[in-house]
Amino acid sequence: MPGRGAPGPGWGLLLVLLALGELPRAQGVEEKPGGAHGESQGFQVVTFKWHHVQDPYIIALWILVASLAKIGFHLSHKVTSVVPESALLIVLGLLLGGIVLAADHIASFSLTPTVFFFYLLPPIVLDAGYFMPNRLFFGNLGTILLYAVIGTVWNAATTGLSLYGVFRSGLMGDLNVGLLDFLLFGSLIAAVDPVAVLAVFEEVHVNEVLFIIVFGESLLNDAVTVVLYNVFESFVTLGGDKVTGVDCAKGIVSFFVVSLGGTLVGVVFAFLLSLVTRFTKHVRIIEPGFVFVLSYLSYLTSEMLSLSAILAITFCGICCQKYVKANISEQSATTVRYTMKMLASGAETIIFMFLGISAVDPLIWKWNTAFVLLTLVFISVYRAIGVVLQTWILNRYRMVQLEIIDQVVMSYGGLRGAVAYALVVLLDENKVKEKNLFVSTTIIVIFFTVIFQGLTIKPLVQWLKVKRSEQRDPKLNEKLHGRAFDHILSAIEDISGQIGHNYLRDKWSNFDRKFLSKILMRRSAQKSRDRILNVFHELNLKDAISYVAEGERRGSLAFIRSPSTDNMVNVDFSTPRPSTVEASVSYLLRENASAVRLDMQSLEQRRQSIRDTEDMVTHHTLQQYLYKPRQEYKHLYSRHELTADEDEKQDKEIFHRTMRKRLESFKSAKLGVNPHKKAAKLLKRERVQKRRNSSIPNGKLPMVSPLHDFTITEKDLELPDPEEAPSYDAEEMSGGIEFLANITQDTATDSPSGIDNPVFSPDEDPGILSAVPPWLSPGETVVPSQRARVQIPHSPSNFHRLAPFRLSGKSVDSFLLADGPEEQPHAPPESTHM
Amino acid sequence: MERAPGSGRVPRVLAESPSACAPAVSQASLLRLYHRFRALDWNEKGYLSRVDLQQIGALAVNPLGDRIIDSFFPDGSLHLDFPGFVRVLARFRPVDDEDNGNRDPKEPEPLNSRMNKLRFAFQLYDLDRDGKISRQEMLQVLRLMVGVQVTEEQLESIADRTVQEADEDGDGAVSFLEFAKSLEKMNIEQKMSIRILK
Repeated sequence: MPGRGAPGPGWGLLLVLLALGELPRAQGVEEKPGGAHGESQGFQVVTFKWHHVQDPYIIALWILVASLAKIGFHLSHKVTSVVPESALLIVLGLLLGGIVLAADHIASFSLTPTVFFFYLLPPIVLDAGYFMPNRLFFGNLGTILLYAVIGTVWNAATTGLSLYGVFRSGLMGDLNVGLLDFLLFGSLIAAVDPVAVLAVFEEVHVNEVLFIIVFGESLLNDAVTVVLYNVFESFVTLGGDKVTGVDCAKGIVSFFVVSLGGTLVGVVFAFLLSLVTRFTKHVRIIEPGFVFVLSYLSYLTSEMLSLSAILAITFCGICCQKYVKANISEQSATTVRYTMKMLASGAETIIFMFLGISAVDPLIWKWNTAFVLLTLVFISVYRAIGVVLQTWILNRYRMVQLEIIDQVVMSYGGLRGAVAYALVVLLDENKVKEKNLFVSTTIIVIFFTVIFQGLTIKPLVQWLKVKRSEQRDPKLNEKLHGRAFDHILSAIEDISGQIGHNYLRDKWSNFDRKFLSKILMRRSAQKSRDRILNVFHELNLKDAISYVAEGERRGSLAFIRSPSTDNMVNVDFSTPRPSTVEASVSYLLRENASAVRLDMQSLEQRRQSIRDTEDMVTHHTLQQYLYKPRQEYKHLYSRHELTADEDEKQDKEIFHRTMRKRLESFKSAKLGVNPHKKAAKLLKRERVQKRRNSSIPNGKLPMVSPLHDFTITEKDLELPDPEEAPSYDAEEMSGGIEFLANITQDTATDSPSGIDNPVFSPDEDPGILSAVPPWLSPGETVVPSQRARVQIPHSPSNFHRLAPFRLSGKSVDSFLLADGPEEQPHAPPESTHM
Repeated sequence: MERAPGSGRVPRVLAESPSACAPAVSQASLLRLYHRFRALDWNEKGYLSRVDLQQIGALAVNPLGDRIIDSFFPDGSLHLDFPGFVRVLARFRPVDDEDNGNRDPKEPEPLNSRMNKLRFAFQLYDLDRDGKISRQEMLQVLRLMVGVQVTEEQLESIADRTVQEADEDGDGAVSFLEFAKSLEKMNIEQKMSIRILK
């Protein structure tokens, strides 16, 4: 193992202070190297000042060792594919610890709680929070919370009580412990450890639901662990007989304070962080720094207030990610991403290595076979029982059922780790008499779970055929129909009047859109189409690279300058339209390919790759432009970083279409036109239209202020002929109009993005619209927009009458009334977003 | 509008609605759906018309909203009674293990089977009811679901490609079997289910 010898035996003694960071003590050990280098007095050209750099030097060396070790592990793919890295690091730590011990005859290094909690844990948890798949997390929040809270309490209580029971039976021999000590031990050994879980599960690739449940549990159980630990520690201090019911009640209260308080601190700091990144435009260089500093402060703040620090930094990451990612520049985002991953992975490496090193210390070992073995048995058995019981309850409420196999993996994935170790080391030896027994048992438990379970979980997952997360590119059909299914489902939910997850999500996203995003996001970010352009840019780059690589393979880039390059198609868009330009690039490639290819085989390959590219383009187009169903875009934090404006635009777009269509069919029904005949007529017209369409340079929209399309004042909306809607009284009609007007006004007030974005326009033909809305045009026949004209013939069965909307202030959507009597009737703009 | 008075009607209709039409929908769900039905039927006709469903605001911003409404009114009927309402919704009930396991193969497929879920989706595409999704029909759905930023040519090429991808017998259209085949990797049972309808 490279670097194993770095902390050589010669100066091993010097390294005492790594973790403690106590400078004063450096004096004592500093003479050795000094002595080695001569003791001459007076001025020296070169002086050896070891003590001067000692602490940072040692820290740096350890980091180097750990990193080199990581390189070493990955030299052999065979090893790392079987043994999880965390296990390897622990073993390495044991070896290093052995060397240090042999050299110094004293265990010089150990993982101290201070270092662990202040420096090693925060990066890992922040990384977890910042890259948390929010939708998945909040979708399973109920499940996660149950496991994290009830599950952890259950584990702690049963483990502690069972151990106590066995102790009373005398099997463990003579120990100086009471019930409270056992409960204290149970509470610190109960919690599943985020670091260990992440390290092992990241290599196993189980399906995402399973992963998020185990992982989420390990993060959120921190509050429970902290509270249980503190409560029992103070109970132990008090002494068992002095604990009153009031203390227990206080303990329960403190759970809520600690967990909710920690969460609150995290959210507040996330808010601050998002706000700050909004104004960092001119200090791009330090932009990434804010992310780290502020989230670290959230951790420290809640630690200071003795709240759950892990919860604070987790929620800080979870809540800020959307806004921060939108605000900071692309480079800064990359920096943040890499720095965070680097810190987290480095911290993880060091933690596991030092867990190994810490174990090599004769002073802490106190062996009690019965205690150790029973602890192992109890934590495994009770976790399994707890998981099964809770899953049984949960499955009554979950749509995605957790199968037996999932439960096995969840039980088996309950890894314990460094948090438990740090907590047990924190125990006061004067209060907890058998601290060393607890420490050594904890170490054994950690080693057992991380090494043994970590080693076996992969084969287990394979053997049980647990659904893995697969990285399969969906086929076009799947993508398209999948999206359709989402739409269907949300429509069915609306019809069946279900409110629940989606309803709350909806409320939140409205709030987010109306206030939060406005405050926390840069104006440019609110309306930027950066992401689209970025993806487009990347795709183009990829094409260009493969193009150039092709040229290099052929030994010359001359073909790039060949005349065939000139026949560029479709590239003269004033507004770049990702997929079109993209398509044209691949088109260009194809043109060239046939011009330069000689051997058939590689020509085939080239075709293949062009096909792939086109597939990619198509997928991309779909991904980009398919309307998102409510479930997908209206969730709390978007993984896809959709800005709220897009949602609104989409709503309006669809709404306009729907209304136009309904009006159209209403018209046709009213006028007695046989819809089928009309359809046939229109079909013909459509063909003509299509031909015409293709002659239009696609994508080139006239830059007539698109806002105009939307800004229809209420006055304009008065129906020219009241008889058009004879079956509905005037009040209702005006209600409908108000509704429409509300939408349009809504647009007028909060769509600066609409103005700036010439690509977006509700219709392909703004000319008609900007003059007068199609359904209001005077004259007998409605002039449908191009889009509508194209659409209508295809839905001949679609001749239902226009629905007047009863969504205005006067009449209320029955949906709201039926399901939420407490709902405010005044919610017209909201109903447009539902 | 108050929550419908005279809830004395509930048991009658519930009793009327034969559980045969939605065998596995629980009584509680049925009751909930009934309340919903009554609420949608705001002028107490005793049935729902298209207009009633169109008034659900969220459907107006759902690109497939109108098609889904249409699917509640099969064969051009104008009235939707409660059993019909439940029958459509019952397809979105999650699939239970017992549905798959010990079902008598001679019995008709339950409404919430994978195939029935797929069939519901399929008939949203297949407007002319010829059992095939033609390129035209695919194109229409695409037009509904894709933002206006995408040009007509792109849409056409996507539609072509989609049809080609699923089309196995080369007739230029997607039959139901081809449709189901193209989605065989997808967890339809999960994707097309609503928990509340259990």
